[in-house]
Amino acid sequence: MAQARTDIGPPLYKEMLPPIIKENYGKWQYHEIVKPGVLVHVSETGAKLYTVRAGSPRLISIYFIREICDLADKYCDGYLRFTSRHNVEFLLSDGSKVDALIAELTEKGVPVGGTGNSITNIVHTQGWVHCHTPATDASGIVKSVMDELFEYFTTMKLPAKLRISLACCLNMCGAVHCSDIAILGIHRTVPKIDHDTLHKVCEIPTLTASCPTAAIRPNPKLKSVEIKAERCMYCGNCYTMCPSVHIIDAKNDAVSIWVGGKISNSRIGPRFSRLAIPFLPNNPPRWPEVVNAVKHIVEVYAANAQPGERMAEWIERISWEKFFEVTGLQFTDKHIDDFTLAQTTFRSTTQFKW
Amino acid sequence: MTETKKTPLLDELEKGPWPSFVKEIKKAAAHNISSQDLLGQLELSYEDKKAHWKHGGLVGVMGYGGGVIGRYSDVPEQFPNIEMFHTIRLNQPSGWYYNTKALRQVCDVWEKYGSGLTNLHGATGDMVLLGTKTEYIQTIFDEVSNFEEHPMDLGGSGSNLRTPSCCAGPARCEFAMIDTLDLCHDLTNEFQDYLHRPMWPYKSKIKISGCPNDCVASIARSDISIQGTWRDDIKINQEAVREYVAGGFDINGMVISKCPTKCIAWDGNELTIDNANCTRCMHCINKMTKALRPGDDRGATILIGGKAPILQGAMMGWVIVPFMKLESGSGYEELKEFLEKVWEWWDENGKTRERLGELILRLGMRNFLRAIELEPIPQMVMAPRANPFFFWWPEETVQD
Ligand code: HEM
Ligand code: HEM
Ligand code: SF4
Ligand code: SF4
Ligand code: SF4
Ligand code: SF4
Repeated sequence: MAQARTDIGPPLYKEMLPPIIKENYGKWQYHEIVKPGVLVHVSETGAKLYTVRAGSPRLISIYFIREICDLADKYCDGYLRFTSRHNVEFLLSDGSKVDALIAELTEKGVPVGGTGNSITNIVHTQGWVHCHTPATDASGIVKSVMDELFEYFTTMKLPAKLRISLACCLNMCGAVHCSDIAILGIHRTVPKIDHDTLHKVCEIPTLTASCPTAAIRPNPKLKSVEIKAERCMYCGNCYTMCPSVHIIDAKNDAVSIWVGGKISNSRIGPRFSRLAIPFLPNNPPRWPEVVNAVKHIVEVYAANAQPGERMAEWIERISWEKFFEVTGLQFTDKHIDDFTLAQTTFRSTTQFKW
Repeated sequence: MTETKKTPLLDELEKGPWPSFVKEIKKAAAHNISSQDLLGQLELSYEDKKAHWKHGGLVGVMGYGGGVIGRYSDVPEQFPNIEMFHTIRLNQPSGWYYNTKALRQVCDVWEKYGSGLTNLHGATGDMVLLGTKTEYIQTIFDEVSNFEEHPMDLGGSGSNLRTPSCCAGPARCEFAMIDTLDLCHDLTNEFQDYLHRPMWPYKSKIKISGCPNDCVASIARSDISIQGTWRDDIKINQEAVREYVAGGFDINGMVISKCPTKCIAWDGNELTIDNANCTRCMHCINKMTKALRPGDDRGATILIGGKAPILQGAMMGWVIVPFMKLESGSGYEELKEFLEKVWEWWDENGKTRERLGELILRLGMRNFLRAIELEPIPQMVMAPRANPFFFWWPEETVQD
């Protein structure tokens, strides 16, 4: 057996760069989008680097990886990269090979796109495939939404970029809270406690301290805890701290939709997404209600925003009250914040629209 | 061998034009019985509308405190081959650039000892290998860490530094104002001990973007967000601007009217920028890549406190250092000293599972700034406080 080595650090990125990048590192002058899914970066030296961007399901097998490696060997001298949104990028120094690569990808069912004013791949988390706290699945919803919005991946016909993200619970691995549209799995009921096992597997002080709303207090008689139902907002943090507290509730767990967030500083700065739809049912395998809601918001945005306007800019221009009007989404008490700093979202001016 | 189960619900997700993760699981399942059982258990989740994984479980490799996440099925009698199905996180190369040899050798190891399923990549940045048994973990690590070329190390998990990650950077982006790849690699190596041996109140994340477009979303998903920026004037190639306009580009609609500070003007012949009022939002540069470039006095803005909603609600990073020079090859000493000071204060004062941003809110920004020896400046706030409940230091009043 091989000898253990530790703390060797990450592989050296320099060994992963194609010669054209090594030669033009830091010298790129500008880039253009040749067509959907294809970028060209032009260097001060005149060199041109082509990137072909392709979607992936993120959960991929080694057989898929070997297939894209074969393509990278054939077209890119063995170099490729991944994006923070789970796309695969093929890096070509020879622009004449771009179309042949796209043809092979298309034949394998790997779509090319995700550049410019498109919907690129959906950042998402593990869901039922591999996590213990999800309120919903991740990969299945993402697949269903992307099937429906496919044309927006392969074209660039939206007013601006549109970023969709999904997290299957409030832990938000992958932090989806600053997206044009965010899909978020939510629990809606107070956790149930297994009093018989709790004292054996959990530390009670740590557990009571874990609750953001101080809903949990010790129950010394049972050597356990109890939850004040009216304080609990179902975050699931107690479950994370203690396996004897059960938050998953198949009858009530659901999906919520958030809109108008962004990350970049371009024009208006970064901002959180805001609640648009507090409840949509968990309906596997294809979550039609979620797919329809996302598609509807995309289409209303596409029809109403001005060129160059991100979702957040469009909503800021027309106002939230008009957003609910033009989308036809119902405004409910769930849309009015009642957590920390809620008051910063209440309106303190007589300026509003009807 | 477990009998192959029918999966009518999952089969629905093989339809449609977007690449199917179910097809991927099936490809792996053709060679691997644990992936077969994963498919079966996932079908059960689709029936029951809930996950079938147990809570937690500690597993790891010798000498490390993190990098492997234990995972056990809660229905092992039905799916014995995924009774254990642990995740291994491998530290990715900066910017997720790979050559095929590096990827193929990971595939080979994962074919021997794992499910054959991966995430490229996990949201933190690591290569995520999904599903192996406890008995193989050490072997997998020994093999990947002994690759003759491109040896691999574990990524972070637990209460420690999480694997730093960065954007495409100067390797492929003309906007990069710092060498994100070099910085990410350097910091990961420098702070390996914090990465591999959990010792802190909770997790701490570093993400690095080369410009304010923030392609790795550092502001929203890292405690320490480093974003390249510049201090001097935007460089204008007037000839190229005129070419854009001559080519039909709507300069007024797409650029002039969209500048957030209204500091850019076009008189039909010359583009002028009132740089003192530019907030470096990147919009005009993004839109006219051939004509406009950031200035030459480059460095980074450092923002602190970003995190997901658990516990105190979602936060985005706050500006703490508006500008720091970060030249590649410099050793980044100023940044490293700064990070050590920040972590030391957090480590000393933080409660278990309290993120840096939450601690700053609990103890007050003034205490944090004093601890890390930074002067308060207006760039740190959107606006000064509006409430009159504020503290004085003892030395600022007359003590009897
Ligand atoms: C209501 C809460 C939230 C919603 C609805 C939400 C939604 C989203 C969405 C839609 C995106 C995609 C952004 C884009 O690429 O333009 C996103 C990205 C991200 N979010 Fe959040 N998010 C929330 C809270 C958070 C929190 C609290 C954090 C973290 C600390 C966070 C971290 C991130 C990160 C790191 C990304 C970048 C993902 C990537 O592009 O690779 N989010 N979020
Ligand atoms: C109570 C708090 C949390 C717990 C118990 C928790 C637990 C976990 C677990 C178990 C995983 C592994 C999932 C898997 O691969 O099977 C995970 C992944 C991850 N977590 Fe968390 N997490 C917490 C909070 C957060 C927060 C606040 C963030 C971000 C700001 C975050 C970011 C991530 C990311 C990026 C991943 C990788 C997800 C992926 O592979 O796509 N987590 N977390
Ligand atoms: S978001 Fe929640 S359910 Fe989804 S992978 Fe992260 S911790 Fe698990
Ligand atoms: S789910 Fe969250 S709010 Fe409810 S008791 Fe648990 S920790 Fe507290
Ligand atoms: S963050 Fe800026 S420098 Fe980095 S890849 Fe994005 S646009 Fe380029
Ligand atoms: S970078 Fe932004 S603020 Fe500065 S001139 Fe350009 S558009 Fe205006």
